[in-house]
Amino acid sequence: MKLRRSMLFLPGSNAAMLSTAFVYKPDSIMFDLEDAVSLREKDSARLLVFHALRMPAYRDSGIETVVRINPLSTPFGMKDLEAVVRAGVEVVRLPKTDTADDVHALEAEVERIERECGREVGSTRLMAAIESASGVVNAVAIATASKRLIGIALAGFDYVMDMQTERGDGTELFYARCAVLHAARFAKIDAFDVVFSDVNDDDGFLKEVDLIRRLGFNGKSLINPRQIDLLHNAFAPTQEEVDYSRRVVAAAEQGEKQGLGVVSLNGKMIDAPVIEHARVVLRRAEASGVRQ
Amino acid sequence: MKIVREALAGTLESSDLMVRIAPREGELAIVLQSEVIHQFGPQIEAVVRGCLAKLGIAEALVVIEDKGALDCVIAARVQTAVSRAVDAWTADWSVLS
Repeated sequence: MKLRRSMLFLPGSNAAMLSTAFVYKPDSIMFDLEDAVSLREKDSARLLVFHALRMPAYRDSGIETVVRINPLSTPFGMKDLEAVVRAGVEVVRLPKTDTADDVHALEAEVERIERECGREVGSTRLMAAIESASGVVNAVAIATASKRLIGIALAGFDYVMDMQTERGDGTELFYARCAVLHAARFAKIDAFDVVFSDVNDDDGFLKEVDLIRRLGFNGKSLINPRQIDLLHNAFAPTQEEVDYSRRVVAAAEQGEKQGLGVVSLNGKMIDAPVIEHARVVLRRAEASGVRQ
Repeated sequence: MKIVREALAGTLESSDLMVRIAPREGELAIVLQSEVIHQFGPQIEAVVRGCLAKLGIAEALVVIEDKGALDCVIAARVQTAVSRAVDAWTADWSVLS
């Protein structure tokens, strides 16, 4: 079961963070060449990330590598793409994705580079970041635009700017979260929530994590390693959920042996969706442990 | 490739290095300062020379102030400095890897 709960943002220009971030063991590390890098350091960040992606510490860590490139409409985007596809990045994250055509354009360039450098065609996966009203409205078309897409992510800051509002208690993101999530589920890809920028507010962070977990998001973008363990723990099933799921699966297996289509547990009907959910809980517990 | 102007790359933060490269006729001079020069000085210089050789830089003054950078960071910073110090830089990723 591939978990994508935590996606840690790293500024591509920060040598120290690039040299050590793998020790924090997020599910994914996202090297940022876009907003976190000043215009004058775009060239140096690109080279730093190119070399970091080739480090055995990342290649052999089991941590998924993601690079947020600059938009292809800028002077930097194509250069970023050339570098990171050749360096073996697992996922390219496209910022400011407004339409499916943005994904199509990216996919065509990725395939060209794969052919030119001898990388297996199709091995570079994509992620689209939705950061505008246009992106939210077109979320289904974006999410289904390429077989390379592993997920779509909502980026909160640009989105609320576009909506002429500001970050608050989450009400301002409610429609966008639901739209992005439904598009991802329709396309059978993952959905990632926005960053929580106040790294000193653990309670606020956990409240937001609880909300997006219950909505159904796979995970969240993070800006500080401190948030990783908090997030992983919040996404782990409770011991009570694990125990109940074991009883459900045991009852289902017993029912199957007896040739029963539907079984009951403590007087409650156990049918296929309940059994499947129980199996998901057990797989998640196996992968991420039990909530502490 | 010829170094035609002075250029800088990197920072003096921990795990990074500052590279200054400048034109120098007839020789490749490397000046290295590092907090770990006793343990890693020869290795750092080998990485720098290797990067410059792959880029065809045979004449330059290169001043390195290292703050404990990994080899991959050293390579990235040297390549960035060269890219800023030459005319008509085009990234050849097979050479840069």
